[in-house]
Amino acid sequence: MKIAIASGKGGTGKTTLSTNLAAYLAEEETVVLTDLDVEEPNSGLFIHGNLINQEDKYKMVPQWNSEKCILCGDCQKVCNFHAVIRITDSIMVFPQLCHSCYACSELCPTGSLPMIPEKMGELREYQSGNLHFVESKLDIGQEQAVPLIAQTLRYVDDKFSEAELGIYDSPPGTSCPVIEATKDADLVILVTEPTPFGLHDLKLAVETMRELKKLFAVVVNRYGIGNDDVLDYCRTESVPVIAKIPNSKRIARLYSQGKLLYTEIPELKAQLDKIIDYLRDQSWRAAS
Amino acid sequence: MKEIVVISGKGGTGKTSITASFATLGGRDVVVADCDVDAADMHLLLEPDFKTAEDFYSGEIAEIDQDACIQCGKCAEVCRFDAIPVIDGKYIVQSLDCEGCGYCARVCPVEAIAMNLQNVGEWYISTIKTGSSMVHARLGIGAENSGKLVAKVKNEAKRIAEEQNRELVIVDGSPGIGCPVVSSLSGANFVVLVTEPTVSGIHDLKRVYQLVRKFGIKAGCIINKADLNDSVAAQIREFLNENDIVHIVDLPYDESFTEAMTRGKTIVEFDKGELYTLIRKSWESIKDIVISQ
Repeated sequence: MKIAIASGKGGTGKTTLSTNLAAYLAEEETVVLTDLDVEEPNSGLFIHGNLINQEDKYKMVPQWNSEKCILCGDCQKVCNFHAVIRITDSIMVFPQLCHSCYACSELCPTGSLPMIPEKMGELREYQSGNLHFVESKLDIGQEQAVPLIAQTLRYVDDKFSEAELGIYDSPPGTSCPVIEATKDADLVILVTEPTPFGLHDLKLAVETMRELKKLFAVVVNRYGIGNDDVLDYCRTESVPVIAKIPNSKRIARLYSQGKLLYTEIPELKAQLDKIIDYLRDQSWRAAS
Repeated sequence: MKEIVVISGKGGTGKTSITASFATLGGRDVVVADCDVDAADMHLLLEPDFKTAEDFYSGEIAEIDQDACIQCGKCAEVCRFDAIPVIDGKYIVQSLDCEGCGYCARVCPVEAIAMNLQNVGEWYISTIKTGSSMVHARLGIGAENSGKLVAKVKNEAKRIAEEQNRELVIVDGSPGIGCPVVSSLSGANFVVLVTEPTVSGIHDLKRVYQLVRKFGIKAGCIINKADLNDSVAAQIREFLNENDIVHIVDLPYDESFTEAMTRGKTIVEFDKGELYTLIRKSWESIKDIVISQ
């Protein structure tokens, strides 16, 4: 079962939930936690293990070979992203803008734009007991998160069996990186906080999940702060609220130190148990 | 006219609450651009009137004319994004997977593929409660090219500021280090980094600052919830010092930020005590730095 932890708004507690849920579940069974927030991955600050594997990740971009080029300009014409431009007697490539579609390279009449790998980030895999942890980090200056998210998902799919429980810490927002991170999930847990910002961004996230036709549920973090509008909205929209993590300065302090919380905060453990009950119920339903 | 961009790397550090407070203190002199188009929240505090709204088109999506298609499969063969699976014997473009490169349309032997311009969202020009203007947007679900929408919002805000002879544009950026952030940074005069003393706050601050440095933009930093963790706060101050980043202010962990938000107010309208004083001083010092540049 693949569970993505997402949110519209940033900083609502995706990483807190992902890491604590994964570590708690791993006390009993094998869990694969994957950090797909490749722009700012934080799960690794809370999960420590032995480094199993480390690899650079590349995207393919064209490189101009001047020898055979006849300067016909077809490459510029076929590139929808303005990543290849002819300037008088040379061809310039802007790798940041390239989407690796290969059109310029394969449609070049003289084969003057071979595709070469360009490093975009790094993937690391760790293990601690039953818990496998995979994270990718986008290199600074790389603008596109989606190709690295896609390669990270492929790595996890190839390496681990479908039968394992997978938890995916997703990027914030509702645009392309979130779609990529959640599109293969069996269940998406949306983490929100009971504030106007939390509610507004939750609505966007709910619309996104409906558009993607995903099974999803909500976890309210910092419960007790703000107001009841998030709970009222979920009730009206028949969105299940499967846990409420209390607002507490003690939780915030432990988080600030990079500590896992469920071993120290019994209320949090009780909320994780509720989420696990819900997951069991869903996988039982899926199986029958 | 000068441009101040507020970013944070990590989400949820208080970036939007602080930006909206600065906009309130700046009043009519400050044009606001909400460039966190993925999760735009500033309108919840600044009471925009959504005076003008316009659709935003960017990027293309392939569409196959099924009557013209001869099922040769060349489109699916060249598509690097696996966006054209065969469903019930027909080649169907999956719009969420399509990158809009147009390669399929170029190789289709019967020209059965059209590339349609995508409506990726809506953008607005509003008058806000400060009497000034705000440019903001709403990105469509799962839309791409948010970098281009960010650029649009920012450029409109600058145009308005210039036309109306306003002193400053303040930009609320998005979390992360990817294309929307890169787009919000370009052309900025000063960057305000809002962080918090948590292991993730400092981690993300360091990453996003590397990006800021690539642009060569002068930066200052606000440590929000500074009393949450003294040792991480000290590490952040050391990092600021080493990198010649202006340490603007330490703000305390204070739930009145949330309380103000639930009443649709910025913290400087809600609290006239210590927080007000600290934020007002911060705003004055940011203005001094930017205007003296």
